[in-house]
Amino acid sequence: MANSIVDAQSVLVIDLGSVNTRALLFDIVEGEYHFIAVGNSTTTLEAPFRDVREGIHLAILKLQEITGRIFVGEDTQLILPAQPNGSGVDRLALVFTAGPELHIVAVGLLNEVSMESLQRLAGAAYGRVVESVGLNDRRRMETQLDAIVRSGPDLLLLAGGTDGGASRSVVRQVELVNLVCRILPNDRRPEILYVGNQVLAAKIKEILDKFASTSIAPNIRPSIDVEDINPAMGALSQVLTRLRTRKLGGMDTYLSSLSTPALPATAGMGHIIRFLSGIYDPKTVLAVDVGASWTTLVTAQHGALSTNVFPYGMGSGITNLLQQTRIEEIAQWLPIHIPTSVVRDYLWQKALYPASIPMSIEALAIEQALARQNIRAALQGTLARWPNLNMAFEPILASGGILTSGSTPAQALLILLDGLQPAGITLAALDQNGVLPALGAISTFNSILPVQVIESGALLNLATVIAPISNEKYGTPVLSVQMEYENGSNSTHQITQGSLTALPLSPGQKARVHLKPLRRLELNPYGGQRMTSFNATGGVCGLVIDCRGRPLQLPKDEARRRDMIRKWLTALGNLPPAQ
Amino acid sequence: MQQAAVTHILPVTLISRTRTLPTKGKVLVHPGQRVNATDVIAEARQPGQHLLVDVRRGLGMSIKQDIMPLIERRVGDKLQKGDIIAQSKGLFAHIVSAPIDAEIISIFNGKVLLEAPGGTIHLKAGISGTVTDVLPEYSATIETNGMLIQGVWGNRGIDQGMLLNLASNPGDELTAARLEVSMRGAVAMCGHCGQAEALQVAADLPLRGLVLGSMTANLLSLASKLPIPILLLEGFGQIPINSTAYKLLSSNEKRDLTILAQPWNRMTGERPELIINLPTDASQAPELVQIMPGMIVRINSLPHFGKIATLVKIPSGLSALPNRLRVPCAIVRLEDNEQIVVPLANLDILK
Repeated sequence: MANSIVDAQSVLVIDLGSVNTRALLFDIVEGEYHFIAVGNSTTTLEAPFRDVREGIHLAILKLQEITGRIFVGEDTQLILPAQPNGSGVDRLALVFTAGPELHIVAVGLLNEVSMESLQRLAGAAYGRVVESVGLNDRRRMETQLDAIVRSGPDLLLLAGGTDGGASRSVVRQVELVNLVCRILPNDRRPEILYVGNQVLAAKIKEILDKFASTSIAPNIRPSIDVEDINPAMGALSQVLTRLRTRKLGGMDTYLSSLSTPALPATAGMGHIIRFLSGIYDPKTVLAVDVGASWTTLVTAQHGALSTNVFPYGMGSGITNLLQQTRIEEIAQWLPIHIPTSVVRDYLWQKALYPASIPMSIEALAIEQALARQNIRAALQGTLARWPNLNMAFEPILASGGILTSGSTPAQALLILLDGLQPAGITLAALDQNGVLPALGAISTFNSILPVQVIESGALLNLATVIAPISNEKYGTPVLSVQMEYENGSNSTHQITQGSLTALPLSPGQKARVHLKPLRRLELNPYGGQRMTSFNATGGVCGLVIDCRGRPLQLPKDEARRRDMIRKWLTALGNLPPAQ
Repeated sequence: MQQAAVTHILPVTLISRTRTLPTKGKVLVHPGQRVNATDVIAEARQPGQHLLVDVRRGLGMSIKQDIMPLIERRVGDKLQKGDIIAQSKGLFAHIVSAPIDAEIISIFNGKVLLEAPGGTIHLKAGISGTVTDVLPEYSATIETNGMLIQGVWGNRGIDQGMLLNLASNPGDELTAARLEVSMRGAVAMCGHCGQAEALQVAADLPLRGLVLGSMTANLLSLASKLPIPILLLEGFGQIPINSTAYKLLSSNEKRDLTILAQPWNRMTGERPELIINLPTDASQAPELVQIMPGMIVRINSLPHFGKIATLVKIPSGLSALPNRLRVPCAIVRLEDNEQIVVPLANLDILK
């Protein structure tokens, strides 16, 4: 048992974010792994530092201050492995989101086949597809060539052909890629990842490797009606790490000390979410992370993963969101009156100072409204990529500074409910310390630690949420909810259409919940078992019944809308004592 | 003690800037040479359009025939339209000629890849001064002494002109009525702009440049397109020019000002800048400092945007803000002596 508790080892994970660098410590407490603490510092990727080591060093020093343990030796180096005197750590891992947006070019064959799959694969990278060339592309080859060269590609994804299938068309696309590489100077050639017909893989690597670093991964469309992206994700992670190591000054000095290759945070998140999907099967586990530069949605059902990174965020990502979202769509979520012009100015100013923190109630309200819109845009983008995604989400695991430290639990829950608008029965939890990507990285060399850390309460349960769908008029009683608490007490509540209600159920507390529809209503609109009685787990916001309808229709009248949002916040925040 | 990047608002300093081509090219200046801010100091060729010539098909040859001996040109050859690329032998010889003026980029599999002449990237000096260093084919470093004020947003232009102060107060609004024909060729400074008409008039005069404390964000699209450099010192909204920059600029009115309205690139550290060359020697200000009490700071968030303050104390641990967030903060004293708590992340260190 290589990973048994007998071989217990402390693990330090460096999380390199766009704005913050964090050092997370995991260790054994009373025979089980726990998350111990996190040290924070500003990421020092940008000028004048241009070297991530300073931020990492400061984050570890902060961790030392918090824990009282020594991790850095007198030579200012990380003490690795742990020493008999208790200093240092046994294992080191690194996950990252920091770095500039990658320019991705997708080259494949048919739009509805390999091109679609390529878009989904590219969606897992911290970048944007800036050019796509498929067989249906009517442009001349030279025009395609110039378009790719002009786009300044960092990463070129090449797919096409089922295994043993089409080869002539693939060869034509390889010729295009070959020409791109011949035109671009050595230091500007993209990393190439080939994920097409495996019969051609070795030959293609031989041809393209002469010009640009070329990786091969399993075919994402092994047959015409089968898509299998997951095996290619590992290769994509490695390519992304290589690209980032080149751009993140100082990151390479840590690589040789790591227990597992550095991972994009999305890949770490993916490992954990896929694992959890085994527990929550057949539901879709959803993780949402709202960062400064990126908003990420990772889902897994039956182990099938979808990773979706969007360049929308709370800092530098604001400009991308504003290019596709009207200010009014953000301002509609404000619980207080702030003129649209002020919202617009604030957001552009925030993009200039992505690390700044909202000081006033108004500024925080704008940022929380922005978080909702980031999540909505990311969900819409995800559904565009994965139109058949099963939206029976459970659990919903949320992270990102605006949710974990920029909001009360009630505000965070409302942001999630407004942004995702889940339907059915689910559990919403907050990854308060952003441990999930770190746990994913650790899971590659220690399978026990992530399980024990999650079981130890590293995630904060916000609420069990019941979100039925009904077309009844606002105010009509639609659902009766009976709660049977463990101590034998019980209560019954009548829920009206349009309401958001929180019933008392504390964290750790369990209750048997009986649902009785009073009118026509769907308790589980995404299919599966129609549950009218189930055991619910408590959260800091209790048991929440969201009967506001889907899609959520906000009142058009501004004053009424603001009143409504304040009312919802009050409903989630002012919980009566638990039974 | 935490280190932080610095925003420069300095009456006199040594300014050293390295200007780099985005791609390999030719540096046109040499160490010791004096340059003007608007002088082109380096240039690089941009690739033109590409054209793939299928020589094998053009000569009517089969895939089995060796075509390379028939191609009369080599990679790097520059061709005029009509120049022969390849020809077959015999009574009915075929000829493949260049369809455009172009350079041969690659020859492979019986195909010739041509590149038409592209445009040229011209790199301007950005500051007036002396070239101190050159990295052949890539960059030149220019130095000068003078006043330096760094801004937060620019619309990409570079120019020079006499500085005119149109603001009797740091928050005065720029209106079209404030702009007169006599200002043509000057760099005008005003507190705030919220009118598209004012920006348009500034460009139509034309001014050589416009320095503003702030601009409402709805003007972003217009300001980005206008042909004159526009530079914001504080950002978006109705934020007056900070008092330190206002005093400095006011006292330098009528001097020749360089306005380098390049975007703020956080990766490279390039920022929009205002420079007034001064005939004096100075030392270079640091780019990075330890944050400590006594430092002059600027607040970069609501509700104190652009206010100058003195850092009084950095309490240990986290401090509570009016919105109940708890974050690492500093206590700062504003110019009216009021002391407030501000997140450390919301402070610009001025040096």
